[in-house]
Amino acid sequence: MQIKEIQEEIIDEFSMFDDWMQRYEYMIELGKSLPLIDEAYKTDDNIIKGCQSKVWVHAELKDDKLVFTADSDAIITKGIIAILIRAFSNQKPKDIIEAETDFIDEIGLKEHLSPTRANGLVSMIKQLKLYAVAYQTQIK
Amino acid sequence: MEHHSNIVPWQMLCERTGAILKVIPMNKEGELVMEEYAELLSDKTKLVFCNHVSNALGTINPIAEIIKKAHGVGAAVLIDGAQAAPHIVADVQALDVDFYTCSAHKMCGPTGVGILYGKEEWLKKLPPYQGGGEMIVEVTFEKTTYADLPHKFEAGTPNICGGIAFGAALDYMHQIGFKDIAGYEAELLDYATQELLKIEGLKIYGTAKNKTSVISFNIEGIHPYDIGTILG
Repeated sequence: MQIKEIQEEIIDEFSMFDDWMQRYEYMIELGKSLPLIDEAYKTDDNIIKGCQSKVWVHAELKDDKLVFTADSDAIITKGIIAILIRAFSNQKPKDIIEAETDFIDEIGLKEHLSPTRANGLVSMIKQLKLYAVAYQTQIK
Repeated sequence: MEHHSNIVPWQMLCERTGAILKVIPMNKEGELVMEEYAELLSDKTKLVFCNHVSNALGTINPIAEIIKKAHGVGAAVLIDGAQAAPHIVADVQALDVDFYTCSAHKMCGPTGVGILYGKEEWLKKLPPYQGGGEMIVEVTFEKTTYADLPHKFEAGTPNICGGIAFGAALDYMHQIGFKDIAGYEAELLDYATQELLKIEGLKIYGTAKNKTSVISFNIEGIHPYDIGTILG
């Protein structure tokens, strides 16, 4: 599936819930399906800066696609990174770089988080895109 | 114990002037260790600052004693009253404090406006921090004569709307009565503390004997971020 299609799917899923308590529960559920980062990569270098809780992300190229794995010590953050990874993992670096991130606004996540936490979310997206940029140069 | 707003500006001042920042330690309950404070003071101490009430722990600091000791070595005192002002009425003259600050947004008022109380003798000594219209008596290209207090510190067009709105907010709080507010909050603090302690694995940070209605806590095994998000 293309990034855009996955994002539409996520927007649809989130629109099914009436309130944020249900959405948080769903995010916690999504966190459980997060492809976990190998313990060996859970180093300080792989922590995303700008998040209040710890978030580790690792990326590697499989064939011509970038595969992300991650983890967090907070379960809601784990849900957030799981949503992002679902949208961006297993895609070509070029597509990740060019992908829009409006779906975050559409599910209302950014406006629902406090400014510090919303900044953390932006940092996560930025980090995923940075990985894509780094691997894109390798492909060339 | 301290808010960043009462740390960072002083660190910037230290960088600029070479002054040294010394920190009064606190105990496990979240109270300043007054014996250590007394030892930190010397005739080199220029300024002592702390908050009246800690926004993180709720601790009410013994500012009367802090001010008296600081004055004993000739140091000035600035008290950050942002967290205290909505809960405690501070009699700045009885306290003999040199500077006392508070923020309107903590008192049902608008953002971007607040109060800096300063003793007249200090405010006369201090230079203007901004230059512009309305803060002058006479301007020539050779020399400018500054206006008297408070105009010296009010360069340009002030935040008029903010000031009026803050006034309305203070009238509102006075209408309820600070004494009644404090009494009700003390009741709520006791009740909330009792009920929270029933939750297994919950730990409260800041158990000072003298505190206002702030409760910081963690629950064992749960990330504070998660609790904050769910409660928020």
